[in-house]
Amino acid sequence: MSRAEPRLLPAGRSAILVECDGLDAVIELHDALARDLPDGVVELVPAARTLLVAVDPARLPLESAANWVRRAVREALPSASSGAGDGARAEEPASDDDLVIDVDYRGDDLADVAAHLGVTAEHLVARHLATRWRVAFIGFAPGFGYLVADDWPFDVPRLDVARTRVPPGAVGLAGAFSGAYPRESPGGWRLIGRTEAALWDPDADPPALLVPGRGVRFREARA
Amino acid sequence: MTRLRIEGTGGRVLVQDLGRPGFAHLGVAPSGALDRGALALANRLVGNPDGLAGLEVVLGGLRFAPDRDLWFAVTGAWGSVRVAGREVGPYRAARVRAGEAVEIGTAQRGLRYLVAVRGGIDEPVTLGSRSRDTLAGIGPEPVDAGRVLAVGPEPAASVPLLDDDAAYPPTVGAVSLGLLPGPRADWVTDAALAALHESSWRVSASSDRVGARLEGPALERRVPGELVSEPTVAGAIQVTGAGVPTVLLADRPVTGGYPVVAIVDPASLDRLAQVRPGQEVRFRHA
Repeated sequence: MSRAEPRLLPAGRSAILVECDGLDAVIELHDALARDLPDGVVELVPAARTLLVAVDPARLPLESAANWVRRAVREALPSASSGAGDGARAEEPASDDDLVIDVDYRGDDLADVAAHLGVTAEHLVARHLATRWRVAFIGFAPGFGYLVADDWPFDVPRLDVARTRVPPGAVGLAGAFSGAYPRESPGGWRLIGRTEAALWDPDADPPALLVPGRGVRFREARA
Repeated sequence: MTRLRIEGTGGRVLVQDLGRPGFAHLGVAPSGALDRGALALANRLVGNPDGLAGLEVVLGGLRFAPDRDLWFAVTGAWGSVRVAGREVGPYRAARVRAGEAVEIGTAQRGLRYLVAVRGGIDEPVTLGSRSRDTLAGIGPEPVDAGRVLAVGPEPAASVPLLDDDAAYPPTVGAVSLGLLPGPRADWVTDAALAALHESSWRVSASSDRVGARLEGPALERRVPGELVSEPTVAGAIQVTGAGVPTVLLADRPVTGGYPVVAIVDPASLDRLAQVRPGQEVRFRHA
């Protein structure tokens, strides 16, 4: 399977927006760039299909940054330029570095989601527990990690009408993602459980428990 | 330690420094003073490093009194600045005695005053900054009457001696802003891109630190709908499905799904921060 060449799009005087053909390519490119950060890179901001490379142009001219990104694209996504390779991301084994998050699976939407997916609630929880997740990117709110997994089979529609108040620690599903609300907020994800984990602490370093690239496993909290 | 007592406010008052860049990947925008140059100038006028925290005051109405003698300076918007009833004027360092009050009048030009006090406002630091992010709810709480703010220690530099020519009051009338290409320019028609550059725009009264909405002709979209959310940058002009452009500012969401068709030159963002609701804006190629 060949992939579309990532495109470098203009994003002002101190950033480049890289458009990939999907989340896997974003993750691979993010990892490749993060391994070899030149001086002057302010940060890498991944999203679902794009990745923002923010630089300090006084230390790293935008053109040099673009060359660095193009080189990483060639190395990390060879199939993009050659058409060779299967385009699949090598499955990473579970790591001792994985974050373990305890979840009480008594979410308000658990039964509805399971019914919608045609499985039992127990089966859905078991799959959620057995899956090795990975933080793809942060979106929506500070510390709100979008978790993905290659072998997660479910696609869950968001609520038709978003809740005006989702409690902090609520664990939910939306689309192919899982995630947890770091703070109280409105939200449209379907809630399957709740965690006590400190997902967002502005005084911690880093302040977010879930940072892009981090492996995550869930564990059933014992009442 | 010197303390400032806030005796009254008019428009919204926020503690701001130069923000917290580098946390967008964790979901946190840079925030910081919208008119960064004005904050830096106010700080320099009282001998502070450029990035110490000051107060961003919308339109005026702030009244404060320190418990010890204190140097301060007001920049950004242009209006009356009085100490114990005496006019001292903006864009210059002035000294207020313990117990006297400083009053900032309604701006005659511009929209956002920046107030620096010698030593800076010493509120708690979150993620390396004392800036209030109004969207994420991070940083010092908005400042209301009755609040007492701590002032930081004396900086090393003395208050510089200057003549009175450091003033660059904001423009009255049409403001010209530079535009850079955006990543999704092809999501609007060529005619819409031309209209963006050639039309007269007005900043909407609903504008805030998250974004400045522009009133003018609808920009016709070539591609309907929304993108999968993409990371945003300061000055990004996103266009809604109805064709309304909004310039994303310091407290913006770190990702957004509306296509960004152009980007306001960072060198023009300070000027945009001073544009009053209803004031005319025109764009040129940066």
